[in-house]
Amino acid sequence: MRPADETELAEAVRGATGPLALRGGGTRGIACVAGEVLETGGIAGIRLYEPGALTLVAAAGTPLAEVEAALAGERQRLAFEVPDLRALLGREGASTLGGVAAANAAGPRRVQAGACRDAMLGVRFVDGLGAVVKNGGRVMKNVTGYDLVKLMAGSHGALGVLTEVSLKVQALPEAEATLVADGLADAEGLAVLRRALGSPYDVSGAARAEGRSAIRVEGMAGSVAYRTRQLRALIGGDTLVIEGEESAALWRGIRDVTPFAGRAGAVWRISCVPDEALAVPGALAAAGVAHDCLWDWGGGLLWLLCPEGHGDAIRAALHGRGHATRLRGQEDSPAFPPQDRAIAALQAGLKARFDPRDLFNRGGMV
Amino acid sequence: MDMPQPDARVLAGKARIVARLRAVLPADAVIADEAETRAYECDALSAYRCLPLAVVLPRTTEEVAQALRICHEERVPVVPRGSGTSLAGGAMPTADSVVLGVSRMNAVLQADYENRFVHVQAGRTNLAVTGAVEAEGFFYAPDPSSQLACAIAGNVAMNSGGAHCLKYGVTTNNLLGVTLVRMDGEVVTIGGPWADAGGLDLLGVVCGSEGQLGVVTEAWLRILPKPEGARPVLMGFAANEVAGACVADIIRAGILPVAIEFMDRPCIRACEAFAHAGYPDCEALLIVEVEGSPAEIDEQLAAITAIARRHDPVALEEAADEAQAKRIWLGRKSAFGAMGQINDYMCLDGTIPVSALPFVLRRIGELSKDFGLDVGNVFHAGDGNMHPLILYNANTSGDLERCEAMGAEILKLCVEVGGCLTGEHGVGIEKRDLMAVQYAPPDMEAQMRVKDVFDPEWLLNPAKVFPLEASAARRAG
Repeated sequence: MRPADETELAEAVRGATGPLALRGGGTRGIACVAGEVLETGGIAGIRLYEPGALTLVAAAGTPLAEVEAALAGERQRLAFEVPDLRALLGREGASTLGGVAAANAAGPRRVQAGACRDAMLGVRFVDGLGAVVKNGGRVMKNVTGYDLVKLMAGSHGALGVLTEVSLKVQALPEAEATLVADGLADAEGLAVLRRALGSPYDVSGAARAEGRSAIRVEGMAGSVAYRTRQLRALIGGDTLVIEGEESAALWRGIRDVTPFAGRAGAVWRISCVPDEALAVPGALAAAGVAHDCLWDWGGGLLWLLCPEGHGDAIRAALHGRGHATRLRGQEDSPAFPPQDRAIAALQAGLKARFDPRDLFNRGGMV
Repeated sequence: MDMPQPDARVLAGKARIVARLRAVLPADAVIADEAETRAYECDALSAYRCLPLAVVLPRTTEEVAQALRICHEERVPVVPRGSGTSLAGGAMPTADSVVLGVSRMNAVLQADYENRFVHVQAGRTNLAVTGAVEAEGFFYAPDPSSQLACAIAGNVAMNSGGAHCLKYGVTTNNLLGVTLVRMDGEVVTIGGPWADAGGLDLLGVVCGSEGQLGVVTEAWLRILPKPEGARPVLMGFAANEVAGACVADIIRAGILPVAIEFMDRPCIRACEAFAHAGYPDCEALLIVEVEGSPAEIDEQLAAITAIARRHDPVALEEAADEAQAKRIWLGRKSAFGAMGQINDYMCLDGTIPVSALPFVLRRIGELSKDFGLDVGNVFHAGDGNMHPLILYNANTSGDLERCEAMGAEILKLCVEVGGCLTGEHGVGIEKRDLMAVQYAPPDMEAQMRVKDVFDPEWLLNPAKVFPLEASAARRAG
């Protein structure tokens, strides 16, 4: 099914007799979900864009590329740096804004500007009974009633079909520069990232991949030069500074997890307390399991490539100090992190009330 | 203000309920004497007052759970309270309710600078969170005006903002996790010092739920390294429209000040008379603050003042030193006090798209004439969060009602232009009956479903946020 507007979508949901697999562009969904495919691509278009108010409202099926092109035309961008995971996950298709929101997408800039949830100002969605619900709006500060915008962000289609998303956007900075430190062991290379994030120099990226630690600053040209100098002194050792397009390309690679693309194995996305960034790789190494790591968010995000079948060991190694989601690969351990009893009960309660017929993304997150 | 009839069964059971609470809580943690409960009869929306059945002041999450278990068994409504600074009546009791205050739970449980978070008991005040980490060069970013007094529990309940949220976001953007006690006494940990939940973003919906989903007893908060310095610039303009255009140009230029504050003429005059900050006598005034090293500040302020000059400012004053910076902020920070000197006032909190600013200010001026009440406007211009202060005299019969009627018109106007009823104060009882202006029945139904899940009997802060008729069936159940 590919409804042409919100009304048609609501009718389709009301008339549904079996499970529905929600689909934006099909580029970032997690886990196999059951049912007839319900595409949102027909509900598309930018509804409002006010560069002076840093606000953009678009239908959920709007291609991300269209949103990014409109923003670039006004020297603006989405602050949360949307990962393009197509090469990593072996997907085709064009990412949509609704999919970005449903996945709560977030790239390296999360350490400074937050995730998609932090930029989301409002949503419209169709719930499991076919009712159209709106929440939030298009203004930056809004505490009118409960924040269902956050609840929908990252809900992976469990509660409703997004039809419209309002976002806070950001002006493009004048300059960017990245400090690269080579030749450090992982423990020291990660400590360097934490040290940079604990400094007053407003770091907008702190990642480690392929044996290199990278720290980014963005802003006005004089300020970028100043902070690069200060960070260089803070970190010490041999560092290299790259700027402009070279810096941007490095961060696209981190964002999209390019080093893992095309390589066999399961791909895990692990959120943890930053100084626990070595817990999982340490446990795998001790068990003699070959693996590769890419750290972002100063160690708070670990992308892990390893053979299938180690999900339980990965989760056990976290000791409750984070959670692991499998984005690629098949095994018995579930793709989404298992939740404790109290949280699982609340999630099930919400699912039962927003989607009482259990139509949406059965076998998915909730 | 309509509130539901107190439950006669609960009122009649007061002695038993208090005795049961006393049996599980320390002697000084249960207050039932009328003289002592008087201190809890209202919050900062002091026009509305009601003595609660009793007040409990637990010291631990387990004591909170025990108190809630008893109230749940007795079917007693519970009103959670941080420091009682809500401007919306969020902590106002009903006669049949137990107020659960978390003010004694104010410990810092862990400060982790390596991972940049602090774990606190939720009764700790906002400013004391920064106080606990500033020696190490860190701070907690959300800074509501009441930050000296307000508790993190209340900040989480209301998703509080502040003057500096243009850069740092509001509470929800700085909250990593909470310990939440549900009405039945179940203790739930939501989130923690890492990103996201791996499941539904329950933390996101708990934040801003106005104490209706559970009692927050602990919180993990993101802390940030303190910037090297900050400096404000003051700009005066000949018209509100010009100041509004200047704000839009600053934002479009890609400069991200930490704060852009706006005051209109009535407010400027009141502040000047009160605080003698040396403000120019003009139609509109902006205070723009930027952060960084001295050279970075110079770079940003040069760009900002260049933009301002294109709008023919009648005054342009960069703070040359700390004393001048303080003076520039003095008038703005004393705005509420200054207006309070003139008369009683009601503070509104609607948010509008910044592009609608000149139109909304003009309409507020017209409404002021129609209702015969003076209004001063002071607000966070970068994010469109307005704080019109309507002056009235509480001793003049009918003045409060006239003021409330005018306030409602202003909030409807905010919604009409694409904004919302409340940007940072919350709905509480104050804006409860206006919710239908912003939300259609299915929108409110979806929100109430969330409460059904967390608090199926609707015992937590039940007569707030949603219009009474919309929540009647659920509250009766």
